[in-house]
Amino acid sequence: MGSGSRRFKDKLAYGLGMLCIAVATVPLFSILFEVVRNGIGAISFQFLTSPPGVFGQASGGIANAIQGTIILLALASAIAVPFGLLSGVYLAEFGDNGYGRTVRFLNDVLSEFPSIVIGILVYSIIVLAMGGFSTTAGAIALSIIMLPIITRTTEESIKLVPSSIRDAGLALGIRRWRATISIVLSTARGGVITGILLAIARVSGETAPLLLTVLGSSFFFNGLNQPVAALPLTIYRDANVPYAFARQQGWGAALVLILMVLGLNIGVRLATSGRYKFLRSRV
Amino acid sequence: MTKTVERTRNSSVPARSFIRWIDRLKQFSADDFFEVSSTAFAAIVVVILALMSVVLTRGAYPVFDKFGIGFVFGSDWSAVAGREVYGALPYILGTSVTSAIAMIVGVPISLGIAIFLAEMAPGSIRNPMSQLIELLAAVPSVIYGFWGLFVFRFWIVDWIETPLSRYFGTIPVFQGTPFGLDILTAGLILAIMIIPTVSSISKEAMMAVPSSQREAAYSIGATRWEVVRTGVLNYSRSGIFGATILGLGRAVGETMAVTMVIGNATGMAAFPRSFLQSGQTLSSLIANEFGEAAPGSLLLSSLIGLGLILFAFALIINVSAQLMVWKVLRVKGRVE
Repeated sequence: MGSGSRRFKDKLAYGLGMLCIAVATVPLFSILFEVVRNGIGAISFQFLTSPPGVFGQASGGIANAIQGTIILLALASAIAVPFGLLSGVYLAEFGDNGYGRTVRFLNDVLSEFPSIVIGILVYSIIVLAMGGFSTTAGAIALSIIMLPIITRTTEESIKLVPSSIRDAGLALGIRRWRATISIVLSTARGGVITGILLAIARVSGETAPLLLTVLGSSFFFNGLNQPVAALPLTIYRDANVPYAFARQQGWGAALVLILMVLGLNIGVRLATSGRYKFLRSRV
Repeated sequence: MTKTVERTRNSSVPARSFIRWIDRLKQFSADDFFEVSSTAFAAIVVVILALMSVVLTRGAYPVFDKFGIGFVFGSDWSAVAGREVYGALPYILGTSVTSAIAMIVGVPISLGIAIFLAEMAPGSIRNPMSQLIELLAAVPSVIYGFWGLFVFRFWIVDWIETPLSRYFGTIPVFQGTPFGLDILTAGLILAIMIIPTVSSISKEAMMAVPSSQREAAYSIGATRWEVVRTGVLNYSRSGIFGATILGLGRAVGETMAVTMVIGNATGMAAFPRSFLQSGQTLSSLIANEFGEAAPGSLLLSSLIGLGLILFAFALIINVSAQLMVWKVLRVKGRVE
């Protein structure tokens, strides 16, 4: 009797495992299906190239939100990449001490931090100081979310570079900083770029910190010290407006955003074909 | 006597160290500059977290000054001028209840996925399935919210809440109209959102178990499930527990999806009594009311106070989770 029930339990565990996967993929497929089904009708030339029309009327598009998201991502990357790269280089090259371990630990803690708390931080030190919601504040908030991801992936990619490559450079008599930048970093390039792209994908959908820092806008980009529109904010606002047209605009914006985010994610996966898998598990 | 000796020593030590310092400075090379500057850049993380604690404490000071600990344990919420009163308890409970639902539903599913993918799935489907589950983490939370508001909410109403309220409606925790914008929907959407985190980190922890553990179990005739139960789960316990806590951290901090489906009650109405009632979490109230808070107002201070409570939760949760998954994941990343 023992063997039969043992084999049954084994089969049962296998079946339950499959069931869990099925349960988890239903929402994913439903989200993709609904976003495409409802969003595709909103997509038009006008939708992609004009700012929102008069409130409550069925006109206008999300061009300002697309522009705002691109500007925010570019600025946030410009801030986060230098800091993240150098922190990652530090941790990989010199970080084998108490300070390095502390930084590494706090970096991991920050990478899992609620993004709305980061929004409050930036509101308190940038928005209040500048006297209003602004593109700059939003970019800084996003860069704080990107920073730990870039730091971590840079460190891990550099650690994968075999020390023989660095030693070969040092044997030729070049300086250590030169060896690190020209040889180690350039060998680790693929992993570093993967990390940066995943960080961008991660923050491009961030909404909560933007609510507290850029607020949103119905117009095109109007200066670094002014509010700006962003795709996630458009989606959130459209969800709260009781017009069928706004809802359709929201689905359309969701389609554009999800194409961007999943495009980045899937693109990175295909391009690296599993080489930097360890970088993804925690992003 | 001793005084003179001390004075000479005192005067000579700084002088000597100054000379040494000048010597060091002369030898200061590009390499030293590289090390110093990257050390300085690495400090940014420490600076951010330190700033965060200072800024939140300072911002929340006025509300704690006015209501004391009553802010944490109070239940009323009113921004009417002259009768302002703020209490965080309903939102602390709202966060706790929604996160608890997320854990109770999400963790078993995640562990099922992790066990299946790490130990049982044939090699050909393991990788595509893992990638698919990881894509769940890539979907922005505002899209979860939008989908939750217009699609998922009606699944919950039709399949869970209507039967619940029909057959168990007399039980207090199931009282209320099945409307879909409530604590149950928020908890379930959080459950979906923590699945990729918990399952992928538990999977890593299980895959880090040395194969000798499995071989030992197989060699005495164990089935696959027995191998998992006796060899793998036991060995990867701390990693799995850490993954669970990380999932809890995600659930506690998640804002947009919850804000869009929880119904946004405030004050006593937000006090969680039933699954089928609209509620509010710490983060959703901040997202909802921040736009209305003028700089310098008590409302702003109380919202930052909610942020401070959230900060404390997140810090405790993430520090303990990192301590648990640290070993498993860091060591593995290096070996790979």
